[in-house]
Amino acid sequence: MVSYPGAESPPFRLSMLIYDRRYRSLTLQAVVFILAMLAASWFINNTLQNLAALGKTLSFDFLFRRAGYDIPQQLIPYNSDDTHLRAAVVGLLNTLLVSFLGCITATILGVLAGVLRLSSNWLIARLMTVYVEIFRNIPLLLWILLILAIFSEVLPPPNAYRGDTPEAGMILFETIAPTNRYTAIPSLGMTNSPGTLTFGRIGISWAFITYAVAFVAAVLAHRLIRARAQRVQDRTGIRPVTWWISLSIYLLPLLFLTWYFGLHLVPPALRGFNFADGINLDNSFVVLWLALTLYTGAFIAEITRAGILAVSKGQSEAAFALGLRPRRTMSLVVLPQALRVIVPPLISQYLNLTKNSSLAIAVGYMDLRGTLGGTTLNQTGREMECMVLMMAVYLVLCLGISSGMNLFNSGVRLKER
Amino acid sequence: MKKSVLFGSVAAVVLAASGAMAAEGDTLNEVKTRGVLNCGVNTGLVGFAAPDANGNWSGFDVAFCKALAAAVLGDGEKVKYVPLTGQTRFTALSSGEVDILARNSTWTFQRDTDLKLDFIGVNYYDGQGFMVRKDQRVTSAKELNGASICIQTGTTTELNLADYFKANNMEYRPVNIDSNAEGEQQYLARACDAYTTDVSGLAATRAAFADPENHIILPEIVSKEPLGPAVRHGDNNWGDIARWTLYALVAAEEYGVTSANIDELAKSSGNPEVQRLLGATDELGTMIGLDAAWAVRAIKAGGNYGEIFAKTIGEETPIGLARGLNAQWTQGGLLYAMPFR
Repeated sequence: MVSYPGAESPPFRLSMLIYDRRYRSLTLQAVVFILAMLAASWFINNTLQNLAALGKTLSFDFLFRRAGYDIPQQLIPYNSDDTHLRAAVVGLLNTLLVSFLGCITATILGVLAGVLRLSSNWLIARLMTVYVEIFRNIPLLLWILLILAIFSEVLPPPNAYRGDTPEAGMILFETIAPTNRYTAIPSLGMTNSPGTLTFGRIGISWAFITYAVAFVAAVLAHRLIRARAQRVQDRTGIRPVTWWISLSIYLLPLLFLTWYFGLHLVPPALRGFNFADGINLDNSFVVLWLALTLYTGAFIAEITRAGILAVSKGQSEAAFALGLRPRRTMSLVVLPQALRVIVPPLISQYLNLTKNSSLAIAVGYMDLRGTLGGTTLNQTGREMECMVLMMAVYLVLCLGISSGMNLFNSGVRLKER
Repeated sequence: MKKSVLFGSVAAVVLAASGAMAAEGDTLNEVKTRGVLNCGVNTGLVGFAAPDANGNWSGFDVAFCKALAAAVLGDGEKVKYVPLTGQTRFTALSSGEVDILARNSTWTFQRDTDLKLDFIGVNYYDGQGFMVRKDQRVTSAKELNGASICIQTGTTTELNLADYFKANNMEYRPVNIDSNAEGEQQYLARACDAYTTDVSGLAATRAAFADPENHIILPEIVSKEPLGPAVRHGDNNWGDIARWTLYALVAAEEYGVTSANIDELAKSSGNPEVQRLLGATDELGTMIGLDAAWAVRAIKAGGNYGEIFAKTIGEETPIGLARGLNAQWTQGGLLYAMPFR
């Protein structure tokens, strides 16, 4: 608003709230705000009234009572004597695991399929088109059910691996046994174990910590070497050959530790009803992971293709004219510009994948929906509390992913004023 | 103009808020006005509640729905069957989606109190067991250490299973399923070594297999599973109607009242208890808001308890369950109808 010196502002009248353009937008906003609040309070009041009529009150005490049920896949120690809260945490970790792995594999698959769809090879490009279109246009739940059916009907039961002439044979040098319940893979064994570091009931092997330390040290050393090589190049114009030094600082400690701890693979063996010794990857987990990867990968492929196509052809032509090789053109010119188109829709895909992981219910994978929103809800009858908690957890989770990815996005987006 | 739109919408919100109604507790009148009984049943368990190819429901639990509808509405066919899974059943009942839950549900302390349900009695005394394939050569549940076991989530059996294996120092891999149909599929695909649920459910499931002779139910009964219909807590009159309908079916068997002889007995029975049950004297039905002939209609709908049992799950049926604990108290069983007086 511009006020002129000397001009008298007219005295305020109530009708100006509606007829004066200066106040109208404020009035409307206030009204809409009040209406929204009224609607919200009505919903909450109605819920509480109806709960009271059923004789139920909001209470979260049940979270600290004994859960009493078992969960097949657990990342932290859990048994039926633990509380519902711990069961919910086990479920949440399962959700996080499948979402995290799903995001990684879907990105790899999606970027690959997106790039290949632009390939000049007719067959490969068409194959990728077929992949993208069938996975994008059929509901995820159907894919999950189909893959589950394939896993449980086609793969042999563990029993088929029994006997001197088993009906089914283990694959990959007798180390992996796919069954209709789980895929049994080898676990890691140590002949000279350094023991474990325990926090309460969670134990971390010292061997793992040693490996992590060795890896971080190798990364730092690698950086130092590269910086030194850069300095030498700046001074003399000749870059010293460093790849064998880098390779050995990564590999030598690794080999030494492996020899020292006596690290080896323990193949799964059939004992009683099921495979033991190895790690049994539950089919529910594998199926869900696979379905989420394939489904979301198809969307990411399209996003990648769109991102690459959005970079004008002149850019790569200019890079070629400057004498850049195709690989460097891609990594220095095309990809950085494509990323700013790719990343924002990629965030939505990650959020979608995380939320879609709650379809775990279809395969009996015990994620947050399966524990807190499934068995706990059922055994305690606290529908409202469980649903509210679950919604809050998913909300926080997705906001977290979103803000993390936004940080990444602000790093890669075009810097302009 | 704008003002009136504004005030109109505010008024609408206020009206809607004041009109927010809580679920009221007069189920009898609701059912009568609606003209149909909403009965929550299993999604498909042959013998207890399952639809045939034409969508007609039949079974042991369904028969109770029919008897109740006959008592209240005068017609045993005026029932809408609402199929419910182990997960959805109690929510459906407490939200008013169904008037009664007749879905082989176990009567437990927590369900009766914390979940605000009222179990109106026991219509089948059951226990949890295990079914395995014969070719696995397992003869006892104690040999199931390390087995994969199919289990319906949201059931008492899920908790019993955890307790049983813990008490016996054994391990197992739970394979979680949502419905009996899914359990059947997983078990037949050998995705689990054993299937656990109430023994009656196991027998019913096995009867639907192509090769029932290749599966056995292990002798161990690991829990008490008194199954019974449940109503919402707080509507005592409706609870009374459901409870005494069940007792009427049980008492009818005790006194030899069957769907065949009931019309004759209603007129000419010399037994005063039968006269009161069938409304010839005392008109007990009026005390619970019904008419004198309510029990006659309930019994005629599908027969007395014994007839229903024999027709749906008894030894002559493919399911082949013996009466066992579910015989009358006079026959050494646990069925005991309270006196009609």
